[in-house]
Amino acid sequence: MRKASTDVLPAEGGLGNEPLLAVEDLHVEFATRAGIVRAVNGVSYSLSPGETLAVLGESGSGKSVTAQAIMGILDMPPARIPKGEIRFRGTDLLKLSDEARTQVRGQRIAMVFQDALSALNPVFTVGWQISEMFRVHRGMSKRDAVNKAVELMDKVRIPAARQRVNDYPHQFSGGMRQRIMIAMSIALDPEVLIADEPTTALDVTVQAQIMELLAELQRESNMGMILITHDLGVVADVADKIAVMYGGRIVENAPVHDIYKTPAHPYTKGLLESIPRVDLKGQELYAIKGLPPNLLDMPTGCAFHPRCPYRQDNCVTDNPPLYEISGTRSSACHYWREVLDGDQG
Amino acid sequence: MATKGERILEVRDLVKHFPLTQGILFKKQIGAIKAVDGVSFNLNKGETLGIVGESGCGKSTLAKVLMALERPTSGSVEINGRDIGKASGGELKRMRRNIQMVMQDPYTSLNPRKTVGDIIGEPFDIHTEVAPKGERRRKVQELLEVVGLNPDHINRYPHQFSGGQRQRIGIARGLALQPEIIVCDEPVSALDVSIQAQVINLLERLQNELDLAYIFIAHDLSVVRHISDRVAVMYLGKMVEIGKDAEIYDKPAHPYTQALLSAVPVPDPEGREQRERIILQGDPPSPANPPSGCRFRTRCWKAQEICAEEEPLLQIRPGTAHESACHFAETHDVVHVG
Ligand SMILES: Nc1ncnc2c1ncn2[C@@H]1O[C@H](COP(=O)(O)OP(=O)(O)OP(=O)(O)O)[C@@H](O)[C@H]1O
Ligand SMILES: Nc1ncnc2c1ncn2[C@@H]1O[C@H](COP(=O)(O)OP(=O)(O)OP(=O)(O)O)[C@@H](O)[C@H]1O
Ligand code: SF4
Ligand code: SF4
Ligand SMILES: [Mg+2]
Ligand SMILES: [Mg+2]
Repeated sequence: MRKASTDVLPAEGGLGNEPLLAVEDLHVEFATRAGIVRAVNGVSYSLSPGETLAVLGESGSGKSVTAQAIMGILDMPPARIPKGEIRFRGTDLLKLSDEARTQVRGQRIAMVFQDALSALNPVFTVGWQISEMFRVHRGMSKRDAVNKAVELMDKVRIPAARQRVNDYPHQFSGGMRQRIMIAMSIALDPEVLIADEPTTALDVTVQAQIMELLAELQRESNMGMILITHDLGVVADVADKIAVMYGGRIVENAPVHDIYKTPAHPYTKGLLESIPRVDLKGQELYAIKGLPPNLLDMPTGCAFHPRCPYRQDNCVTDNPPLYEISGTRSSACHYWREVLDGDQG
Repeated sequence: MATKGERILEVRDLVKHFPLTQGILFKKQIGAIKAVDGVSFNLNKGETLGIVGESGCGKSTLAKVLMALERPTSGSVEINGRDIGKASGGELKRMRRNIQMVMQDPYTSLNPRKTVGDIIGEPFDIHTEVAPKGERRRKVQELLEVVGLNPDHINRYPHQFSGGQRQRIGIARGLALQPEIIVCDEPVSALDVSIQAQVINLLERLQNELDLAYIFIAHDLSVVRHISDRVAVMYLGKMVEIGKDAEIYDKPAHPYTQALLSAVPVPDPEGREQRERIILQGDPPSPANPPSGCRFRTRCWKAQEICAEEEPLLQIRPGTAHESACHFAETHDVVHVG
């Protein structure tokens, strides 16, 4: 573990050239009985105020672990961050003291969890759980905090919020519980919101309501959002830019319009081709061949090479860097030109 | 055993109410949550019925009653002509082997203290005839491979897998006993689209090989369309529309189905600002106190007086070829999914 070396909180106000949040060459590994699991192997992405970055990728590719590292909620050990920076307004969060880190967590960078439905405490009323944020972090009186809770429940459109503030989580539907989770996460006006599959368990009408709510909150406060999801429909709807992960690293970065039209990495291309389409009914769906990489024993060279239709000999030995394609696009593939052109292998 | 195309499951007027109680020491029933409130449908061998609907409309409860994990309040579930609600002992055990489930929540449905091998092999404890002791390990490894997991990971624990990987463990367990019916409750919602495609291909392949029948519950309407022969739409404990996949998707007749389809996000960012959607206002009413007449009327833009007075039955309506439960059913073109 590295020693915490600073107590200085990230500045507020203007950003200059610095992005709001920048993850750089982040590595996370887990010590397990079977060996070292390298879950995150050099992830870099950045976020500006008001922007929505969608993080896509293979199940198990390290999307949630990266998010947990940003939030500072990984259990260390077994987790370890051997390398990398997480800069929030120019300050490396990994170098902050625990105390300073706590000031950032939940207040300036907040998260909506993947398993939100079980994240609410069943024995406390939702009003108590929301108002606790204000009592603990803002030192408000109980009465003021409850009033703020009602205000927030209104904001996330819980009907009759004043009457329902003393209800327990199980008395709400899944969609409403998810909105309560969002209310808690935005309670302290965070500058960055990380939403880890916020609508996966919800039907599409509730999903549409929640995504619209998030977009509105973003417009109001210029909050930056990292949206982790598997739903390429939702991404197409709301994202400004996309980062695609495979085997613990980013394999492609691009603005939303480019990636759907012309993917520049074979993995991204495979993902897009796997979407079920009406005209493919009755046929086998396209699926990327082979197994996901074993994080205990990563393939040599490019981690995608055992499954890649574009593979050439050097892919087995040379790990591709993140090649810059244009000012806003990059791809970790030696043959990104061929992929862009659509020539198979 | 049923033969191809033969009816394997028949559900009649199924009702499941959960008592709503007050008081801690002396529980007093003050009402009931009408989670499933009069649902009927059939399923044939080798067929897939997709079930979609609002969060909380009773899909998982229906699944649990089908599995005999919950007792129905009334109504019947017949598998090969035998009512599972009335079976007990050895007969219930045999019937249970025939209907298996893949669960919704990969985080809580796997026992954290058991290895993946134990979890997948668990059904063999009760049904030793399927995998004799010596063959167990090999069978489990086969199942791991079938769902796209590394067979060498047989001794790992659930927390060492990602959400998506855990979902595949649940699927392997559901397949272990080679049942005739598999109830899949959100089996692919935690998976990336490529693994999702693998799993769907796998489910379809197994269906062809083994003539399995599926109940497939999911929120992703393009996935449901791909895999289903027929699709049922639920709202607040009732089935509001049922028909062949093309009928439901291309000619939806119930306003709720129309709203649902229009909310499906399209995986193409072009023209996203112009897309038309029916955004449903408000929240679903409480299942403890559903609206009179048509349950959708509090959010329906077509509601008339009769909708509050008379419950619309699920039946074939003028101008449509499939059943819907709306007094003013009419087909309506919506954005195509996928
Ligand atoms: N405590 C842990 N010990 C060992 N390995 C872990 C631990 N937590 C996570 N991992 C591994 O780290 C990898 C990344 O997990 P992560 O949860 O970030 O995946 P993900 O991209 O969010 O996947 P999904 O889309 O399925 O949610 C996985 O392979 C997982 O098995
Ligand atoms: N054991 C229970 N006791 C009381 N109420 C319950 C119980 N199980 C489910 N319910 C209620 O029954 C209704 C239907 O729940 P169910 O889980 O079947 O919905 P669902 O359609 O599967 O929703 P989702 O799409 O969110 O998974 C909900 O209002 C739920 O709160
Ligand atoms: S570097 Fe080679 S193996 Fe890797 S994605 Fe590109 S072509 Fe495929
Ligand atoms: S019966 Fe009436 S309220 Fe119900 S869906 Fe039809 S028009 Fe709407
Ligand atoms: Mg995750
Ligand atoms: Mg459910």
